[in-house]
Amino acid sequence: MREITYVEALRECMSQEMRENENVFLMGEDIGVYGGAFGVTRGMIEEFGPERVRNTPISEAGITGSAIGSALTGMQPIVELQFSDFITIAMDQLANQAAKLRYMYGGKGNVPMVLRTPAGSGTGAAAQHSQSLEAWVAHIPGLKVVQPSTAYDAKGLLKAAIDDPNPVIFYEHKLLYKTSSDDVPEDPYSIPLGQADIKREGTDVTIVATSVMVHRALEAAEKLAEEGINVEVIDPRSIVPLDEETIVQSVIKTNRVVVVHEAVKRGGYGGEIASMITESEAFDFLDAPVKRLGASPVPVPYNPELEKAMTPQTEDLIQACRETLQRA
Amino acid sequence: MLKSVELLPDKSKDELTRMLKEKWTIRYFDEKVDEFFAKGMIHGTTHLCVGQEPTATGPCSVLRDEDKITSTHRGHGHCIAKGADINLMMAELFGRSTGYCKGKGGSMHIADVEKGNLGANGIVGGGIPLATGAALTSKLKNQGDVILSYFGDGAANEGSFHESLNLASIWGLPVVFICENNQYGMSGSVKEMVNIENIAERASSYGIPGVVVDGNDLIEIMNETHKAVKHAREGGGPVLIEAKTYRWKGHSKSDARKYRTREEEQAWKDKDGIKRFRDLLISEELLTEEEAENLRKQAKQDVEEAVQYAEESPEPGLDTLLEDVYA
Ligand SMILES: Cc1ncc(C[n+]2csc(CCOP(=O)(O)OP(=O)(O)O)c2C)c(N)n1
Ligand SMILES: [Mg+2]
Repeated sequence: MREITYVEALRECMSQEMRENENVFLMGEDIGVYGGAFGVTRGMIEEFGPERVRNTPISEAGITGSAIGSALTGMQPIVELQFSDFITIAMDQLANQAAKLRYMYGGKGNVPMVLRTPAGSGTGAAAQHSQSLEAWVAHIPGLKVVQPSTAYDAKGLLKAAIDDPNPVIFYEHKLLYKTSSDDVPEDPYSIPLGQADIKREGTDVTIVATSVMVHRALEAAEKLAEEGINVEVIDPRSIVPLDEETIVQSVIKTNRVVVVHEAVKRGGYGGEIASMITESEAFDFLDAPVKRLGASPVPVPYNPELEKAMTPQTEDLIQACRETLQRA
Repeated sequence: MLKSVELLPDKSKDELTRMLKEKWTIRYFDEKVDEFFAKGMIHGTTHLCVGQEPTATGPCSVLRDEDKITSTHRGHGHCIAKGADINLMMAELFGRSTGYCKGKGGSMHIADVEKGNLGANGIVGGGIPLATGAALTSKLKNQGDVILSYFGDGAANEGSFHESLNLASIWGLPVVFICENNQYGMSGSVKEMVNIENIAERASSYGIPGVVVDGNDLIEIMNETHKAVKHAREGGGPVLIEAKTYRWKGHSKSDARKYRTREEEQAWKDKDGIKRFRDLLISEELLTEEEAENLRKQAKQDVEEAVQYAEESPEPGLDTLLEDVYA
């Protein structure tokens, strides 16, 4: 099959949806001729025009809120925020409006919008352009939260997000934009939200990893395989809804689990996944405590070595798996 | 001091020639940074203010040392104009421990709190409320200090701009808001993103004075900021100044500049505010061609020395990762 990048997969999905469904449109800063800060919308204004690819002023609260209002009244907007750090500015509209409208109105009305935005460190963009704040939004009932780790997942999950009648926060990752897969079908397809993917099967220890950490987990698994250690890697793909069953079944099989994300460990979603495991039937099968890995509790530093030291690397995952396996 | 134009702030010949050199330092500093980014010697991202030197140098030149500024992502010029040491700036861009932020901040976060620079900012519009708060301190403590808040045309569409102007107005705070209108956000033209001719017109809706200046005319910028700072210091409340300017380079390190024409760029380059001020000082006989040339070379040399300082500086140790955060 043809090989396309994560960026191309996202663009292809949006373009196909826009050709099929006139309610779908885009809003965001510099998404017109500039093509978006990371080039995701490149070429789209040329095909769909400025009415449907709306280049906006720098007004995150306003554009997010107006997307919510237009979604409530029959449109299906996709908002692009240039960096997920800026979600803080849009937060009132997301947390107090988008998430709650349907419930507060007694089930009347939907907010079928998607907010796409890149998270993560590793580019030297420092403290205000590198955060992973997915746990903030995951905490709010009414918002779905998606984190694709491959081009294949990006295309299928984005379609599901667009088709979903609820607001979906769709976290892309800067380091994944240029990665490519050769398994992305040209025809539209949908990956249901709340369906984890077993990225590698194994028997000795489970790693539950999100976003860019999926790739580090796969690298760690590769290295540990050389020592005869068989790692299973599970990618939840969406943290709300979370596919608890796949994770629990894996832990029942391997008896050991490491949970990893790039976000700061303290208050990170890994804590939720870890407690879900210990509250489940998998508890009786655990041969070691659930191990969590996440970033150090500091703002993301600029210096590349410090930046690396802050976030879990492949080596840290190998070490964590070994420690978990050493527990009697 | 000057014969051909009126200059309101009291500036000596030495001070005026220092300002000319400062503008060259800003330009050479950013051209050097541009080169290093292109070569991959500096990582992350950066925003260059080449072409906008007069709006850095002019307003800062009318401040007292105790006065403060808040800056933006495009902040190297503001930083230099508020008296920063370019060695420590370059070291920060190289991520070294001797840098202004010990290598933790990078281009978008350089701050020099001792010199009254409360920092560049990675969040568009992020500094405007901070400046308002600093002005509140000045008022509550009767310090008499004025705060100058830099931001771009794009930032004027953030809620933080509108909320801050209103607050500063109703509380009569000593803050001067200075909008560097370089005609674009990242790519969004101010013509498409704002439905009025001048951003300064927004001042009227907050009941404060609004002024438009030519961002390449250092004398006009100095005169208007001098008046605004005086007004603010004397308890008259905030002023909004809009300087029409242009960034010569792309928005950040990768920008094909498809949203504007090369002709438009050239037209603005022809209005170069450095050359204009240099020619003025020469025609006023405050400077000879040769002296000007020496100043320019010295500025270039200073930047070379900053590079050497940065290159020779150590990397921060990994043990510094957890330092300087309270919780
Ligand atoms: C809140 C926020 N939104 C978006 C961005 C991304 N961004 C960085 S600079 C920029 C353009 C800013 O335009 P302007 O205020 O005119 O300043 P200029 O870059 O022209 O100096 C944008 C959109 C950001 N850093 N922060
Ligand atoms: Mg601008």
